[in-house]
Amino acid sequence: MVPLSFAGHNFLADPQGAMFWPAEKALLVADLHLEKASWFARVGQFLPPYDSQQTLAALTELVDRTAPERLYCLGDSFHDRFGCDRLPDAARAMLLALTGRLDWVWILGNHDPGFADHCGGRLVEEAHVRGLTLRHEADPRDPTPEISGHYHPKLRLQLRGKHVSRRCYVASEAKLILPAFGSLTGGLDAHHPEIRSKVGGQAAALVPVADRLLRFPIAA
Amino acid sequence: MAATGAGKTLAGFLPTICDLAETPAEGLHTLYISPLKALAVDVQRNLLTPIEEMGLPIRVEVRSGDTPSDRKARQRARPPQVLLTTPESLSLLLSYPDSFTMFAGVRNIVIDEIHAFARDKRGDLLGLSLARLQAIAPAMRRVGLSATVSDPDAYRHWLAPDADETLVDLVQGDPGAEPHLSILLPEDRIPWSGHSGRYAAKQVMKLIEQHKTSLVFCNTRGLAELIFQDLWRVNEQSLPIGVHHGSLALEARRKVEAAMADGRLRALVCTSSLDLGIDWGNVELVLQMGAPKGSSRLLQRIGRANHRLDEPSEGTIVPGNRFEYLEARAALDAVDAGELDPEIFRPGTLDTLAQHILACACAAPFEQGELLREIRSAAPYAGLSDEVYERVLQYIATGGYALRAYDKFRRLVEDSPGHWRITKPAVALQHRMNAGIIVDNPMMDVRFKNGRMLGRVEEGFASTLSVGDHIFFAGLSLEIERFKDSDIVVRASKHEARLVTYGGQRMSMTTHLADRVRAFLASSAEWHRFPDDVREWLEVQERRSRLPQPDELLVETFPFEGRHYMVMYSFEGWNAHQSLGMLITKRMEKAGLKPLGYVANDYAIAIYGLEPIDDPAPLLSPDILEGEFVEWVEQSMLLKRAFREVAVIGGLVERQHPGKRKTGKQVSFSTDLIYDVLRKYEPEHLLMKAAWEDARARMTELGRLARLVERAADQMVHVPADRVTPMAVPLMVVIGREALPGGGDAEDSLLIEAEALAQEAMRLD
Repeated sequence: MVPLSFAGHNFLADPQGAMFWPAEKALLVADLHLEKASWFARVGQFLPPYDSQQTLAALTELVDRTAPERLYCLGDSFHDRFGCDRLPDAARAMLLALTGRLDWVWILGNHDPGFADHCGGRLVEEAHVRGLTLRHEADPRDPTPEISGHYHPKLRLQLRGKHVSRRCYVASEAKLILPAFGSLTGGLDAHHPEIRSKVGGQAAALVPVADRLLRFPIAA
Repeated sequence: MAATGAGKTLAGFLPTICDLAETPAEGLHTLYISPLKALAVDVQRNLLTPIEEMGLPIRVEVRSGDTPSDRKARQRARPPQVLLTTPESLSLLLSYPDSFTMFAGVRNIVIDEIHAFARDKRGDLLGLSLARLQAIAPAMRRVGLSATVSDPDAYRHWLAPDADETLVDLVQGDPGAEPHLSILLPEDRIPWSGHSGRYAAKQVMKLIEQHKTSLVFCNTRGLAELIFQDLWRVNEQSLPIGVHHGSLALEARRKVEAAMADGRLRALVCTSSLDLGIDWGNVELVLQMGAPKGSSRLLQRIGRANHRLDEPSEGTIVPGNRFEYLEARAALDAVDAGELDPEIFRPGTLDTLAQHILACACAAPFEQGELLREIRSAAPYAGLSDEVYERVLQYIATGGYALRAYDKFRRLVEDSPGHWRITKPAVALQHRMNAGIIVDNPMMDVRFKNGRMLGRVEEGFASTLSVGDHIFFAGLSLEIERFKDSDIVVRASKHEARLVTYGGQRMSMTTHLADRVRAFLASSAEWHRFPDDVREWLEVQERRSRLPQPDELLVETFPFEGRHYMVMYSFEGWNAHQSLGMLITKRMEKAGLKPLGYVANDYAIAIYGLEPIDDPAPLLSPDILEGEFVEWVEQSMLLKRAFREVAVIGGLVERQHPGKRKTGKQVSFSTDLIYDVLRKYEPEHLLMKAAWEDARARMTELGRLARLVERAADQMVHVPADRVTPMAVPLMVVIGREALPGGGDAEDSLLIEAEALAQEAMRLD
């Protein structure tokens, strides 16, 4: 994990998309999209039914490593409202173990309406922590500094004839968008106008590598 | 089996014409299967003429992906007597319940250019469809038409029901006149490097001027565009010349094909898209730019000239460098000796089988054992085991995962043990949307502002382009105006432009030609046949280092400009050399030899680093093929690409339909992600097995790599040289022009470098 500061707070950013907040002893992740594969199975596309397991294994590993007291899921935690019912036994056991060992906060996203049985944890629309708003989708009208998900940002570059595509954070002065943490999630180019319009000017795509955070300016 | 131009296509139809002339009847009588849509159109033209001249009441129609849907519907309701189609379209027809009545009266099936696809997945699909057709129409006779091949019996075996080749009569045509073949020598010297023969544009243009019509074959689509531009520049008489390759818009190709057929073009620059036999009787000369890579391919290309049996075809090879000169010479010798490249048949692929079984299920419920017997009557699947068949059924039904998570979403269900049917009509609709064997890389359309489509380029390449860039495409220099959804909007320009590249494997020289080139190197008695500069090159090599004997693996090491080089002359083809380069540099890293990179061509591989290599043997020890190799292949693009193909053909992910994507409704999944998940959680999954089999069997390079490493153990001869050797030069000049090898760390360093550059450029002080 490498240092990332935003709105006067210091975080540690992980390349897969999780962010640790040492001052709060909290872990932040966005867009797990659990049970996305089984959602597609309904229409005859039999993607491997291991996406939840893989996502939760990665999350468990992070929790082991950073020992947070609280974890915020910034919405779209399940791919659809019945996702939780479809969790395979192994994945369900992993999720229950996680929500049992720390204060687990589900922030609701657009894929989450009517989301009820959530394998533990508590549900909130948004959270306000140390002057920061945590919500699913960035709200350009709200001037308070905000951390959100929803857009699955990715940095796409062509470098010496090689195509590179990486999950990235997108940050401006008052907005920070996390990449999707889910194992079976696509992404939206960080330069996409939709993202630019939400974060405002002076934005950058941030990519953690082994020992530091790379910063790629995004033209407004 | 007969040479191009012998009239075999018409021969295949004669029984049908006689039959229908004597006893006219409605209903489908004869199926004609061709690997190319264009070929089916061409045959229709050539077949209609005699039928009309004889005034016979025979309807002949084409059915392919390009056929309008109203005509397709009519063809099923009231089939013509003769239907010309492709393996994919035939398989789709077999997925309809009415296939049992439509095909019941079929008497004849004619499979054209059987050599071009019997050994690939389209051949698997056709083999399975043949088995099904035979079950529907037991009296159907199978006719296969083939160009000259090295092993006709293997094709008899493929064509026969139950793979019983004694049921297939072999009719061999007159071999026809011997072709006149030559190698074009440059006015000055044969270049040290390059592989396209571009240097010879002026001489090629002169040949075009001297002949009525010429075909100019290039080994890649990008090269075809480049050669076309080169020729255009020296086309002082402004002769009408054109360009043709598989990524150009259909209309553009049809226009060029029509112009060729009418004799309106003096030359056509083309690629393997024209390897097969559309009949343009008027071609006088065939030119092969760069090395021919195989003698069979060369013969087929040369056969495109002078489509008349009694006159010789004229062909000229334009080698790109000195090794390619040797390869060209080897190919001519092989043609003279009547020696063709061996054809390797491999067992039928499982993704294709899954697609076929689902097609059968869409047509009607089936009994498991009965369908298995039918499938095994197709030669590629004669050895299909009960166990694998069962796994394929489970895969189609629920994805075949050990977790059995999708039982409630089944596509296939057993009504009683062994009796299967599809669960809902939507399964059939989905199958028909996604069926097919050819899996393209994701593409973007290249269009003018007015919407006219010029063709397609791969997304990966398109992402390297920016507005204002210029590309050579469709024979034009084009400036990028803007990107819009999946379109690249362009305007014509006169600017110097970039070459369009397409991914995928390169064509490698066949082992059989490689053996001939090695034989040349080893016997100086042959050298008098070569031009002075080639002979001199070999002589100095012999004095300064060594020429490898046919059973030797020569490895040279030498310092050059502060770096240390190791060059291996392994002759196993570009693809195998790329893989090996990656593996050896990894070993060198571990051994502290500080490798910097490598380059390869079909003939050799050069690896360079900061430390001298005193003993190359441990770098090539056979255990490289066990641990490191398997690990590397699993992570490589090779296997991921194979997986992408089996995932699409096997129906795991939906096919991308170019027009549909704009609606945004279609979700695309990265098959790389799916591959990584399966590798971790279910490495024994059917599609993983299928991807590995594909990688192993179809990409023969893996076999060549194994052979190379085996040979290395006791045949390596190490020559430490004090400086660069003549044979190393063709590779040395390429160093610096190749991209860095891939991988996580390398990618990180690229990103770090890019960030630094951007920072530097954006600094305001």
